[in-house]
Amino acid sequence: MADAVVVHGDHGGAHAHAHHPDLQHHFDTLGQQHEAATMGMWLFLITEVMFFGGLFLAYMLYRIWYPRAWSEASLELNVLLGGTNTIVLIGSSLTMALAVRAAQTGLRKQTVVWLLLTMALGLTFLVIKYFEYAEKFEHHHVPGFDFHFPGPDAGPAEIYFSLYFLMTGLHATHMVIGFGLLSVITWMAARGRFSPDWYTPVEMSGLYWHFVDIVWIFLFPLLYLVDRAHHFA
Amino acid sequence: MAGHVSPKSTYYAIFGALMVLTIVTIAVAYQPLGSWNFPVAISIAVTKATLVILFFMHAKYSSKLTKLFVATAFFFLAVLLGLTMTDVLSRGLKTYPGGAGGSGYGVREPRPASAAPDAAGAH
Repeated sequence: MADAVVVHGDHGGAHAHAHHPDLQHHFDTLGQQHEAATMGMWLFLITEVMFFGGLFLAYMLYRIWYPRAWSEASLELNVLLGGTNTIVLIGSSLTMALAVRAAQTGLRKQTVVWLLLTMALGLTFLVIKYFEYAEKFEHHHVPGFDFHFPGPDAGPAEIYFSLYFLMTGLHATHMVIGFGLLSVITWMAARGRFSPDWYTPVEMSGLYWHFVDIVWIFLFPLLYLVDRAHHFA
Repeated sequence: MAGHVSPKSTYYAIFGALMVLTIVTIAVAYQPLGSWNFPVAISIAVTKATLVILFFMHAKYSSKLTKLFVATAFFFLAVLLGLTMTDVLSRGLKTYPGGAGGSGYGVREPRPASAAPDAAGAH
């Protein structure tokens, strides 16, 4: 079952040589194995799209029903911090893409450096997010924690902030998971586990990281920006 | 089996485009475009997401089957959002002569009847 050297007797003997150590026995080639991993990762990302999609749908419905509350409540968000985080996160996507590239070309040290930079930017995002959340607690804008909102829209504004915390919180949770994922990948890269023949874990973590970036690309305009020019009443 | 290796310049160019679009989306948000603010913001976000998927996530260089998987994600998202919106936005269209004044669509008024009668929330 787990022989070190696997010979493909069924394939005309064309591959009758020792396998690459990273090739699992149920795949014919590293290329096929990589393709299967890529599709599996995208399948997972489809479920993630639907996971966040439900929350975006809730956002859309309540926005249609309570446009004034949506506008008033979104004015309370900090565009400077949100915008900074957008730049930080897109920057981390760039460093992640460069880490995958370094792994593809067999540059071990560069892979580690780009991965560490990606993690540092991810951490920066979470620290900025912490200060944003702290500000919300100070202003009593956290649903369930002595929530206050001036004016007649306190009820719908509480729905807005519930969705704000649910969506950004779920996104931040993904960032924390991504950080853990990259820690392992960086450790593996530092130990020289990857080569131009096999760097699948780096690329799959990259797909996840970029997906989390895309979620934020939608969260930022929808939560912080989109009703800023509208002044009701 | 190193797959497709994009030149570094591609990644920097995509990053630059994403930065420019971020600045544009912030600038445009402060312009009073009425009902156009929302579609403009969404279009910019979709453009940014497309750039990330095609170049950072290598979808442009993937196999047709992987591309199908990518498309599937957005197909089902479109079903989720699209079919729900056609329901919500069309409620009351046929029930009341004169348009969408039905019970489902329209601005919900959270204000008690006694409050000051200023803007009804439409814009």
